[in-house]
Amino acid sequence: MKRKMEISELIFKIISYVFLIVFAVMCIYPFIYAISSSFSITSAVDGGDVVLWPVGFQTQAYRYIFTNNTFWISYANTLFMAFVGTLWCMIYTMMGAYALSKKRLMGRRALNFFLVFTMWFSAGIVPQLLNYQRTGDILASILAPGTTHSQAEYDQKWLIILAMGMNAQNVILLRNAFEGVPAEIEEAARIDGATEMQVLFKVYIPMSKATIATVALFFGISRWNGYFWAMRMMQNQEYSWPVQVYIRDFIDAHSGLIQTPEDGATWAEIIPNDYDINQVSAMSVVYAMVICAVIPILCIYPFIQKYFAKGVNMGGVKE
Amino acid sequence: MQLFKLKCDDFLEYDESNGTYHMPAEQQVRDEAEKTHWKEVGFTLLKDWRLYLMLVPMLLVYLLWRYMPMTELLSAFKDQYTPGAAGDSSLYDWYGLTNFDALFFGAQSSLFWSAFRNTFVIAFYGLLFGFPFPIILALFFNEVKSNITRSILQVCVYLPKFMSTVIITTLAIVLFRGPLDPAVSDDGIGILSQLMLAIFPSDELYSAATGSSGGLVMSNSYFRALYQISGIWEHGGYDSIVFFAAVIAVSPTSYEAAQIDGAGKMQQMRYVVLPSILSTVVIMLIMKVGTLLSVGYEKVYLMTSTTNYEAGRIVATLSNEWATQGNTSMGIAAEMTNNLIGMILVIGANAIARKATDVSLY
Repeated sequence: MKRKMEISELIFKIISYVFLIVFAVMCIYPFIYAISSSFSITSAVDGGDVVLWPVGFQTQAYRYIFTNNTFWISYANTLFMAFVGTLWCMIYTMMGAYALSKKRLMGRRALNFFLVFTMWFSAGIVPQLLNYQRTGDILASILAPGTTHSQAEYDQKWLIILAMGMNAQNVILLRNAFEGVPAEIEEAARIDGATEMQVLFKVYIPMSKATIATVALFFGISRWNGYFWAMRMMQNQEYSWPVQVYIRDFIDAHSGLIQTPEDGATWAEIIPNDYDINQVSAMSVVYAMVICAVIPILCIYPFIQKYFAKGVNMGGVKE
Repeated sequence: MQLFKLKCDDFLEYDESNGTYHMPAEQQVRDEAEKTHWKEVGFTLLKDWRLYLMLVPMLLVYLLWRYMPMTELLSAFKDQYTPGAAGDSSLYDWYGLTNFDALFFGAQSSLFWSAFRNTFVIAFYGLLFGFPFPIILALFFNEVKSNITRSILQVCVYLPKFMSTVIITTLAIVLFRGPLDPAVSDDGIGILSQLMLAIFPSDELYSAATGSSGGLVMSNSYFRALYQISGIWEHGGYDSIVFFAAVIAVSPTSYEAAQIDGAGKMQQMRYVVLPSILSTVVIMLIMKVGTLLSVGYEKVYLMTSTTNYEAGRIVATLSNEWATQGNTSMGIAAEMTNNLIGMILVIGANAIARKATDVSLY
């Protein structure tokens, strides 16, 4: 039976469409603007004339970036830290979540509390910083004997990989997924003589692929996007900066966009001779860097966004 | 003997045959059970040693980098402790609550209370505007019946969530940036500042957008608004996923029944949709209230500068600032106060929710 749509329903539908389309456009517009600006000439970028399409056309901003070694070193650092860091987080989170998913585990409630408490109370930035420095010293004495964290010879990457990115929410997400695996399948594997590790890798992980992908992506994104601690811990180690720190440093130092106490050399002073300052402004370079930093995420985004949607719905914290 | 018997009567049994006392049978059974219980505990621990071994890396990471920092909180009760050359905080004399006295009532109090107020205001506005937005978005998404259209819209609105804080703050700053040379003209103000000036022309907005502070984000008067707008832009779409899942779980027959009873759209919302998504809303609200005082310091740090400190300095960034100036103890004391209040808020919100709706998080 087809019912005539009520007037209030029709109005609501129209409002919905208008609102959603406006919001969706707002969400992607900044990126389009950044792409256009990165190709526009100085007078248009600095004068605020770019609206949707590039005004004038230059590719010097990208040429500047592609010939800029420091940028690509920082890019490689980010890739390395994101990849190895995610791997490390996944390994211990999967093993821990597996153990916690076992109802028979003694002290399970206490162990859960141990994790959940970190979501309630954090010591704060300064204590964490002091602690990172102390553990960084210990790590340095193991990895590079005779150095400490503050010395430039020792690379802070490993501390960031080991110590950061932990998230109790992800552990709980995985634990809940593992709890949903039917006990009979595990029993069957055990009768066939599987050890604890084999049960985890041959039964549990294949059976919770979606959640594992979700959690890995949460870790990966937070690693790729991390800024504050890398900035704080690597203040005078430019060669091990991740790309986020590099971009922000470039903005602070050369763009004149943000008033900082220690402004660096202006763009006019550092621009190489074979670039035309009337063509490429510091802002165009910033936009181009933003685009370069965003591209890996944009490339994988269509494939991963469904996992994220799934992960959120599974993420209810229940006890 | 008789006296002894009377005294012990209630827990020992007197054996008439040989005149001795012995423990009653139940007690023996209980002792036995206790013994086997502990044996079982030991046995389970031994049997499950592999599971405990698997837990070790995770527990170690949490212990080292989540719980170890808490030992540094002791420095809040010590004399101005500076890390580095002098090293260990244990070298410094106990200072009692002097740091807290200075923080709440003394020399640092005006800075601290303004930062605390900023933290609270930013978080509260975040809750006020940031919380209902995804729910409304989910209700709107429910109206889009075409799967393809909805997917396209969703892909667009989730996108900002995947961008880093550096990228988001950079975009916010440049889109609302100030003029090239404020002394000469208003040429070069950000594209969204231009848009805002076109929609809401006002002298106040104009002077903030073209002033010497470097744009609207960097001005004291508009920092908060833009912080919230960029927050909604960043999280709004993504946060709507969970509410959307709750909204589409409402069975179509409920709508039909309401429609047959002559309910308009608003009444359907009120009596059909709202009751069924209420538990999700409560859970999400608890989570939000719980994080009320843990404002994302990374974003605030990236969005503040010398020109908008008054509106943008929160406890976490103030504490970081004090620490870089060498006043570590004070910084730790400030943030500890903030985080303790935050923890009370989480536990309180959870308790209230449990009482009120039988939904609780922990």
